Amino acid sequence: MSLAKRLAYFVGLPILLLVLWWALTIGNTNFFVPKPLQLFEIFGDVWFGDRLVTDVLPSIGRLLAGVAISIVLGIVLGIVIGSVRLLRQLTEPSLEFLRAIPPPVLIPVLALIIGINDQMKVAVIIFGCIWPVLLNTIEGVRAVDPVLNDTCSVYGISGGARMRYLVLRSASPQIMTGIRQSLSIGLILMVISEMFGSSSGLGYAIVQFQRTFSVPEMWTGIILLGLLGVALSLVFQFTEKRVLRWYHGLREVDR
Amino acid sequence: MSNTTTKTNRGPKTGVIEVPEDVALSVQHLKKVYQTDGGEIEAVRDLHFDIRAGEFVCLVGPSGAGKTTLLKCIAGLLAPTSGLVALDGRLVTGPPKGLAVVFQEYGRSLFPWMNIRDNVELPLKNQGVAKDERDRLVDDALEAVGLAHVPKSYPWQLSGGMQQRVAIARAIAYQPKVLLMDEPFAAVDAQTRADLEDLVRRVWKRLGITVLFVTHDIDESVYLGERVVVLSSSPTVVQEDLTIDLPADRDQLETRSMARFTELRGHVYEQIQRAKAEAPNRTSSTPTV
Repeated sequence: MSLAKRLAYFVGLPILLLVLWWALTIGNTNFFVPKPLQLFEIFGDVWFGDRLVTDVLPSIGRLLAGVAISIVLGIVLGIVIGSVRLLRQLTEPSLEFLRAIPPPVLIPVLALIIGINDQMKVAVIIFGCIWPVLLNTIEGVRAVDPVLNDTCSVYGISGGARMRYLVLRSASPQIMTGIRQSLSIGLILMVISEMFGSSSGLGYAIVQFQRTFSVPEMWTGIILLGLLGVALSLVFQFTEKRVLRWYHGLREVDR
Repeated sequence: MSNTTTKTNRGPKTGVIEVPEDVALSVQHLKKVYQTDGGEIEAVRDLHFDIRAGEFVCLVGPSGAGKTTLLKCIAGLLAPTSGLVALDGRLVTGPPKGLAVVFQEYGRSLFPWMNIRDNVELPLKNQGVAKDERDRLVDDALEAVGLAHVPKSYPWQLSGGMQQRVAIARAIAYQPKVLLMDEPFAAVDAQTRADLEDLVRRVWKRLGITVLFVTHDIDESVYLGERVVVLSSSPTVVQEDLTIDLPADRDQLETRSMARFTELRGHVYEQIQRAKAEAPNRTSSTPTV
């Protein structure tokens, strides 16, 4: 597909929805109903002034830090747990227990232990984001093909080389699936972690707008979150295509 | 020429096993019993044979004869219950250096995330072979299997026969003393198979390596080998050790139409039939391993 065609497919429906939204809200005087043109006009003023530095960038920073730490920690722990059967059996119940806890309920506890600061917010994000990466990595490591494993043994590929050339690559499709789930969980937790006892961030700003009845401003914040989600997803797809080119090719052939 | 009587001397401390000088691979009273939930399964009872350096030996036996078990023990992937395997006079306790294996499942023994060249190069890179030397070995190996034109392709972009060529290239680039092949052509079509058989003979002659070729195909074993070791049904012993006195230059049409080829083939066939018939007498249950 040509680039122009792909771009047209990408923005086609959003434009259509915007037009529909605009048409349906013409002449509507309800204060709480957002109008696209009005939001468009104030969007820049609301987010690209001081708030860019005080709210938007710190939020994105915490999100990226939380997700990055989750990915690294999840992969490292996943490889260790996935490689050792005893460890897998020992940790499985605990991991299922921990992942079932919704991270927002931990915010008050973490606030008491760590304090209300960046570290606490990043910790909340990590506590939600690590599970998909960790559990998928464990599964991926467990499922390494026995013939490939024998091949490595025969050719003396062991230890770190085996991790690098066999285990990590073989588990990469599952790991990428985990990362994709983590990204959306991370965005949600970024907002929630800023809603309680916070003084900056996107979530904080949106709550402030609600409390001061700045309804159009609040809507722009929600739109910004959506756009952030799209941006993350694009970065993910770009990376995934490169990392898993072999996997998609292999699946194409198998079909 | 086979069954050389050897004074065996287990030396687990040093790992040095006394074998005649020209023996590359020695399998001595090998026994493998699997422990399963349903009790013990004796896959291999007592296998004893030597392979001299530079020999091309085919192992043939009825299905479920423990061929794969034997091969895994030789490759150091499985520990025998008793008996031993020695490669170049050294006890095999793990995958030994100087031994390469070509597996039956070519699609699962190549790394799908690496192109052909990287697949062939990886074992050398891992051993710390210098770049120049590595390039030369990989080029030679790809050339030898007729794949010099596709180094950048990925394994899954190639046909089954070509994938198995890559696995063979990887094995020969590794410069093994002994090459084990576990039914390598069982999953490729007949024409490709004939090509690959001739390829293996060529490589063997050119490199002067020792080849142990496991197959369930009687024709293939007689066509390829200088010697055919016929295995019994499980629990496995050596049923017969047969010298193949066919001319060294083998040709798919000529060799296969020789009277001697037919004779040898018939002989091996009989042996395997006998092995199958005798199987129930040896054991009450006939497990497939």
